[in-house]
Amino acid sequence: MAKAKSGDFGASNYRLFKDRAARWGVTLGGILVLITLLLIFFYLLYVVEPIFRGVSVDAKRDFTIPKDGEVVTLGIEEQSEIGYQFTDTGVLSFFALESPPGNNWQPGEILLREQVVPTTPTSFTATQPQNNRYAYGTADGKAQVVEPKFRNRFVAGIRSTTPYIEYVNGHDLITVDREGRALTQLAYEYDGESMLFAAVTADGTVVTNYLEAARNFLTDEVELKENFNSLNLTGPVDQLEVTPNLRQLLIRQGNRLHVYDVSTTGKLSERQIISVDRRLGDVTTMQLLAGASSILFGHSSGIVSQWFEIAEEEGRRYQYIREFKAADSAIQEIIPEYYRRTFYTVSAEGELGVFHTTSQADLYRGKPDQISAERVVIDPRANTLLMYSGGKYHSFNLENEHPEVTWSGLWQEVWYEGYPEPEYVWQSTSGSDDFEPKFSLVPISFGTIKAAAYAMLFAVPIGLAAAVYTAYFMSPGVRKVVKPTVEIMEALPTVILGFLAGLWLAPVIENYLPGIIATIILVPSAIVLFALLASNLPQRLRNQFTDGRAALILLPLVALVGWFSFSMSPIVEDWLFGGNVREYITNELGITFDQRNSLVVGIAMGFAVIPTIFSIAEDAVFSVPKHLSNGSLALGATTWQTLTKVVLLTASPGIFSAVMMGLGRAVGETMIVLMATGNTPIMDWNIFEGMRTLSANIAVEMPESEVGSSHYRILFLAAFVLFIFTFAFNTVAEVVRQRLRDKYSSM
Amino acid sequence: MKHWFKSGKPWIWLTAGAVSVSLIAVLGLMAMIAWRGLSFFWPAAIHEIEVRANDGTTQTIIGEIYDSEEIPIQRLQESGVQLDNFDEPTLRRILLKVGNREYVPLDFAWIMVPQIVRDETPADLARLERSKDGNFYGYVAAVLENGEPVATEGDASLRDELDRRIERAVEIGEEADALQSSEIGAINYQLNQLRLERRRLELSDQLTLEAEQAIEEREQALRDEYQELEKELFALREQANRDAVVMRDMRGVEVTLPMYRILGATFPNDMSLFAEIGHFFKQIGNFVSEDPREANTDGGVFPAIFGTVFMVLLMSVLVTPFGVIAAIYLHEYAGRNAITRLIRIAVINLAGVPSIVYGVFGLGFFVYMVGGSLDQIFYPEALPSPTFGTPGVMWSAITLAILTLPVVIVSTEEGLSRIPSTLREGSLALGATKAETLWRIILPMASPAIMTGLILAVARAAGEVAPLMLVGVVKSAPMLPVDGNFPYFHLDRKFMHLGFHIYDVGFQSPNVEAARPLVYATSFLLVTVIVGLNLTAIGVRNHLREKYRSLEH
Repeated sequence: MAKAKSGDFGASNYRLFKDRAARWGVTLGGILVLITLLLIFFYLLYVVEPIFRGVSVDAKRDFTIPKDGEVVTLGIEEQSEIGYQFTDTGVLSFFALESPPGNNWQPGEILLREQVVPTTPTSFTATQPQNNRYAYGTADGKAQVVEPKFRNRFVAGIRSTTPYIEYVNGHDLITVDREGRALTQLAYEYDGESMLFAAVTADGTVVTNYLEAARNFLTDEVELKENFNSLNLTGPVDQLEVTPNLRQLLIRQGNRLHVYDVSTTGKLSERQIISVDRRLGDVTTMQLLAGASSILFGHSSGIVSQWFEIAEEEGRRYQYIREFKAADSAIQEIIPEYYRRTFYTVSAEGELGVFHTTSQADLYRGKPDQISAERVVIDPRANTLLMYSGGKYHSFNLENEHPEVTWSGLWQEVWYEGYPEPEYVWQSTSGSDDFEPKFSLVPISFGTIKAAAYAMLFAVPIGLAAAVYTAYFMSPGVRKVVKPTVEIMEALPTVILGFLAGLWLAPVIENYLPGIIATIILVPSAIVLFALLASNLPQRLRNQFTDGRAALILLPLVALVGWFSFSMSPIVEDWLFGGNVREYITNELGITFDQRNSLVVGIAMGFAVIPTIFSIAEDAVFSVPKHLSNGSLALGATTWQTLTKVVLLTASPGIFSAVMMGLGRAVGETMIVLMATGNTPIMDWNIFEGMRTLSANIAVEMPESEVGSSHYRILFLAAFVLFIFTFAFNTVAEVVRQRLRDKYSSM
Repeated sequence: MKHWFKSGKPWIWLTAGAVSVSLIAVLGLMAMIAWRGLSFFWPAAIHEIEVRANDGTTQTIIGEIYDSEEIPIQRLQESGVQLDNFDEPTLRRILLKVGNREYVPLDFAWIMVPQIVRDETPADLARLERSKDGNFYGYVAAVLENGEPVATEGDASLRDELDRRIERAVEIGEEADALQSSEIGAINYQLNQLRLERRRLELSDQLTLEAEQAIEEREQALRDEYQELEKELFALREQANRDAVVMRDMRGVEVTLPMYRILGATFPNDMSLFAEIGHFFKQIGNFVSEDPREANTDGGVFPAIFGTVFMVLLMSVLVTPFGVIAAIYLHEYAGRNAITRLIRIAVINLAGVPSIVYGVFGLGFFVYMVGGSLDQIFYPEALPSPTFGTPGVMWSAITLAILTLPVVIVSTEEGLSRIPSTLREGSLALGATKAETLWRIILPMASPAIMTGLILAVARAAGEVAPLMLVGVVKSAPMLPVDGNFPYFHLDRKFMHLGFHIYDVGFQSPNVEAARPLVYATSFLLVTVIVGLNLTAIGVRNHLREKYRSLEH
């Protein structure tokens, strides 16, 4: 364009200013719009990125507190403001971790200190972290259970927390051993009402007391009924554990683990003896993972192995699942998190490790700030890590937002708790807090591909054939009407196609399945038959049946054959399939049949894709330069030969681009799959079963996912995958199309 | 024969067949939606059918024929239905909508055609449209006022009396609704505003005793007003309670229905053709102007139409300037280099990115990030309940504006490229600046192209549902985004949408069977609007092409 120097023509400064302003304004506006479009890409990436971040452990502060004997366990309150420790002398002391605004504390200041057992205790145990109870065993066979608790008060909008101790069963000790022997080891759990104690006495006997909760009808108070039992095992017991559902007692003797079932009346029966493989090294410690379905063994070799129950022929049995290399020296302690499947390890050399079982992720290994850990504890929200080392306390900021997501976990088979083998599973939410989320994108990606494949199977032949005919054979007058008619289908809201597919087509296919199949077979055969008849008609009539009119002539034929197929359907069904095709498929062929299945999606989404393919392919075929086909015809080729050998070959990049565009649309389509499939994330090519696609999965789960959670970010990842996928497809198609246009214009 | 196959003839016919199949699919689809959607409004005859069961007992069933199908007898036998004296392989059965939901176990009944012994359409059968529990079918036995009959069956004045009293009840009902939604609604809105004002003052430490007192006084005044209005409302309800109608249903039992529940009575078996046509258009009018009833399965779709139109208008206001400026930039100002080419491909491709991706982006970026920040800055008094940090009509409009941006850009650019460069050069040669050329010559000439782009964008936005499900649409919005309370436009509110209405009623409603005709009618409405818009766009574009063709030569 000519760059006119307006000033030469005597334009006023004001006009020049306006011109410049317009230039800047438009450029700014244009660039702003393009930035907006780029923003989509980068924002999706920005939300997705944190899930692949590692764990960071940053030192916050360190302090000491007066010594009270050896520390047996540590704990942190939910706000990470108060910590507490239990010592082997039976003292529970609370100390400040921070100086929160509501209280004037110094880190390390003792807030409350109490001797919780009257005599010197002989053993100690802690429940799973979320139960937050601790028990001391005494020399006379009894146990004291306490619960550190916290009271929040709000004064002028500022929270202040004070600790207190709740004694379970008042200050009365609970009898564990009826014979009053000293308890050298203790295990305790409760399920909200009932409790289970297990202990090893001084003479090596294992005793249990199952305190069964029963509600008194008159006073409506819960009463605990004692059920004592004992076991005689040969050899010393190294460790005792009780599961939080009070149904299992785990006794470790060296490398052997005895699993006992505890009945509802407290009776013990042996279920399984696990001999841990020597290859992993001697077992040094044992811990239940959050959710209490998995046992973790720490080994002398620095390995941690995970075991959980799998349904086998003889019932559910613990089995070795996977291992983590946590340290180079023996594992001393394993600390589970409250709700997630993350666990922390402390080795003999004081090395700290952070791992996640489901995602098989090694999140952290090493000594933060060069400090050798002796004891470690995590707060309920997993934001703070408190470490005890050489008589000193160190608190750390812990960043571990998304341990459950790893690239391999998303795309590879994972062995989930309770599953008989590694599988691809998508199951993002459940009712309970300690549910193991299953984030495998494979089933829903598979569903996307399956839906797109069936749609393309339907759309590509019809769309391309119709495009070729419309562009090459159809008379211009008819083409002018037919092309916009087919293209208008592209504008139809997919929610309407989805609704028709789900509420009209799905029952029709279920009831008239033979009719559908007959249509697919009979319509093409009828067309060929009709063509044969037409070509054998007398010359005078044949002139009416030109190629240009075939589509219109065939309209009533196709409609008639379709109608015939459907009206024959019940009779064929009765004659071939015993009156019920659905039952025949399920019972005789053993194929699952869902009402909303891939066939429905294939047809409905096929219809959504046909206009896209048709429109682009038609353009490509139509714009093949006429002199090419004319030359071919002049050299004696038939119209069909010209079409296949010249026209289609020239237009093939355009046809390719049409198919790509169609595929892009099929992959991203949401409403049709949402409404016409059962949305079950299964992996099966069966045409009579449904699927769940990436897009439908987002539509279903996004509104209820918590902002910033792993689930939320994974859904963003799904959107990002869709974005990249369709963008790549469309770009390829578009570039091919541009090239083709250039080629034509040079011909 | 072999020669014939070799000539390619069958293949040509098969490709022609593909066109026929596509055409049948498009036209069939449109015809089906139109037929099913419109027949919903036509007054269907009410049948009184006597059915004899296998054990010889007979039963009378009254209802509208809803559907019919031919099924293999085998399937019936498997589900435990036995038919005597019937050996055909298939059997015809009809689905009857029997209504009277609270008196019968199922408001739909399948009837085997061979079991029918009598099928009549008596002129006296009435259909009562009710505000609750769906339609009622039966004979009008009497019209009551304060429990005393004023007209009974056989009286000539029965139908007039019924119509008059229904009209009165409907009027009172409308008055009560108006009172409740506009005046009482306004008071509730103001009370809430006062609560927020108090909180705002509290947060900025300006809640003095005087301010507190002033707010309390205004609150008290509003509450007094509320009491008055409530009394008025109760008085209206009292009045509405006066009349009732006694109906005899298909069991022969007489049932008394309060008049305020009834919205209209028709005797479809006793209608002339003109009356039927009149009824048909009246029903269409009601459908587009009334609020939904019974969890959206009955009544009209007015809020959904309003929400769709409002959101689309808002979107148009946003998308047009930006789309046009971007197109002008790309075509008139940007250099002709590889980057511009790349940007152009990117813009075209964004049109192919799945709409749900835009929804995810809108939810994360606009609703949670931008909206959350807006709440922190401008609406701290309402926290923790979000104002803009939750899906709403504004975010929907912005999200769809981004979604339709490529449509407007592509269409405008096409229009710009069709304007012969001689026009630009002529203008510049005469001394106009580039901006003046653009404003005076190019834009007016490109305006039909911009219009086309906008129409296509509107058509796309009106039919798009997936992103809206994330950024603002709800199944039932208690308040429209525009009302009489200051500032009149409430862009933070959620809204109803025709497309989502189809999804929700068709798939989430408790009584899908009863709601189906309504879904077809809504679909028909949406399809009509969208196809109409697209045809307009195509028309404008064709007209434009002709115009420039004549300019070029």
